[in-house]
Amino acid sequence: MKKLFFAFFVLLLCQPAFAREQIKVVGSSTVYPFSSFVAEEFGSVSRYPTPIVESTGTGGGMKLFCSGNGMNTPDITNASRRIKIKELELCQRNGVSNISEVMFGYDGIVIAQNVDKDPIELTVRDLLLALAKMVPNKSGNGLVENTYEYWDEVNPDLPRRKIKVYGPPVSSGTRDAFEEIVLQYQTEGMKVYRDAGLKGYRLIRTDGLYIPSGENDNLIVQKLTKDKDAFGIFGYSFLAENSDIISGININGYKPTSENIASKKYPISRSLFIYVKNDHIKEVPAMEEFLAMFLDPAIIGEEGLLTEIGLIPMDEGRIDAAMERVDSKESITLDELKLALRDLE
Amino acid sequence: MSNNPFYDPSLKHRHRSAYMLKLLSRLSILFTLGFLLFFLFDMVRTALPATWQAYVQVEVSYSERAKKFTRTAVPKEYRKVVSRAWLRNIPRQMEEDPGLLGTTQLLWVLADDQVDQYLKGHYHNLKEKEIAFIERLKTENTIKLDWNGVFFNNGDSKIPEYAGIRSAIVGSVLTMLVTMAIAFPIGVMTAVYLEEFAKDNAFTHFIEVNINNLAAIPSILFGLLGLSVFINLFGLPRSTPLVGGMTLALMTLPIIIVSARAALRSVPASIRQAGYGLGLTKLDIVKDHVVPIAMPGILTGSIIGLAQAIGETAPLIIIGMIAFIPDTPQSIVEAATVLPAQVFTWAGMPERAYVEKTAAGIIVILVILISLNATAIYLRKKYETKW
Repeated sequence: MKKLFFAFFVLLLCQPAFAREQIKVVGSSTVYPFSSFVAEEFGSVSRYPTPIVESTGTGGGMKLFCSGNGMNTPDITNASRRIKIKELELCQRNGVSNISEVMFGYDGIVIAQNVDKDPIELTVRDLLLALAKMVPNKSGNGLVENTYEYWDEVNPDLPRRKIKVYGPPVSSGTRDAFEEIVLQYQTEGMKVYRDAGLKGYRLIRTDGLYIPSGENDNLIVQKLTKDKDAFGIFGYSFLAENSDIISGININGYKPTSENIASKKYPISRSLFIYVKNDHIKEVPAMEEFLAMFLDPAIIGEEGLLTEIGLIPMDEGRIDAAMERVDSKESITLDELKLALRDLE
Repeated sequence: MSNNPFYDPSLKHRHRSAYMLKLLSRLSILFTLGFLLFFLFDMVRTALPATWQAYVQVEVSYSERAKKFTRTAVPKEYRKVVSRAWLRNIPRQMEEDPGLLGTTQLLWVLADDQVDQYLKGHYHNLKEKEIAFIERLKTENTIKLDWNGVFFNNGDSKIPEYAGIRSAIVGSVLTMLVTMAIAFPIGVMTAVYLEEFAKDNAFTHFIEVNINNLAAIPSILFGLLGLSVFINLFGLPRSTPLVGGMTLALMTLPIIIVSARAALRSVPASIRQAGYGLGLTKLDIVKDHVVPIAMPGILTGSIIGLAQAIGETAPLIIIGMIAFIPDTPQSIVEAATVLPAQVFTWAGMPERAYVEKTAAGIIVILVILISLNATAIYLRKKYETKW
């Protein structure tokens, strides 16, 4: 018995030194369904064990990913936004300097309502005025606290319906993206916000008309079946799976469909990424095969398997570019990231 | 009446108050029962469809081509009806049984989740053409709902019809083994020391207060402790039953200590004194008399602690056990997930077929908890000695 215990602990201590068979993936809960789907495919088709996929949120994933280069750290992290400069700096401080950035598709954020309600058309401007904490006053020369309670106050063309929106909480990547696309992009171009010193303002109102409803999008869908007046904000795949009880709302005249999101006509969408630790490829030989499978057009392409569970596919040129990035093991650099961020502004 | 010296004018009022109290307590019990019944009814109703799973009879041709493009193994019109997870396994089947190559077999195979949901009368997104085809299969009796063995034989899957609870059950068992292997001996020894050996001084009081405090700490803090000590400091592998079990052991320890102490305290002093009178040492008394007599109580407390640990999710999120891990773990140093984590994961899935799986998972947890608690009651009733 004693020997057994001893052998056991020796085994434990030795573990990190060995090459690893099993890939470890962490990161965004939005990307989680996609990467775990591929992980399962990989586990059942290849000779390697199924990769472990953990849903830690984009930020949490980056923290684990950047914590070091040891075999105990994840090999891949999923992200529903680009890596932040701060995160890349953290990575580099901890010696994780060779990271490939791979974009593999899009995700749409939809606004939906109960299927029984009359259809309604919104614009991103309506959403800004209805949901921002500070909005331009009537004469448009200053900012005031948002007191709109009905949609027709925001835009006289809209019906007199109470503003009531269930959406993701602050911790969520979906909320991040929503704030950025619907609020920030607009307020950056609006003089009123610039004059008030609030360029790129992106705070959502907190007076109870926007109701943060937890990370589980199913809960928001359930609420819409009971609360017929309300709207809900969540990921596209939940709309696709529940079209019997909820219907998506056209934004800027475009329906939230796979085609419209991919062509960027539907305005509220974001890119999905995986970040790969190239220094691990030697010790974790399964990684190369896994990535090749992930980026295969049969998986992420237009007819790919992931589109069945709600991924919005990229065009072929971009898929080829993604594969090339992985093959070349080219690392993302701080300068590149800073440049890309400047372009956005 | 007013002549009666014992007449108390407030009596009627007091009786009424007593009656009201009784009524109120009855109401509160009814209220709790109502909630419980509603919850159970709703769960069972949602979970029931998960006991059945759609299967379809189809000609499978094991050709070289099917090995590469598994979809070609079945006739074209069946491609949306047969589960992709089953098709995916064809090359493996052929590897295991090379004799299959070149044969065509009529088999009952797993059907797609949309077909399954259609047959159960739930929401589905099949097209009319596919529905017509399924209706035809129904009249030919080549499609059926049968016992869902898949649910108990498989691990998690992103393909709903292929998802099962087995890896989570094995993960839970392994984690609980680690928890008990650590928490039970340490907990009982601590209780024995504090009750039988320790002097009654400020230091032991200090320990006592701390143990009682530990029992009230939010479980997520134990997860943080597990992360920083076991994973970051000791370098133990993340997401494994070893780390999960150790973390839950910390959480279960105070429960075991407190209940074991209560059990030891209830052993009458006369037993110990009789032992001393016969010239036994402290060790003899504790080992042969006090602990065996207190054992039913200790076991009851431990089982209740175990039941609590089984249902725990919060600390396991932090040490990475809430993850997609479909392979059944073979040892405590392999990545694993646990039952409540599995339920949590399924509850967040967009596919509707997971709704019944989630409910079925909850029922499995409830059954395990009820049987554990029943064991605890049985042990107590059977071996308890009244003094």
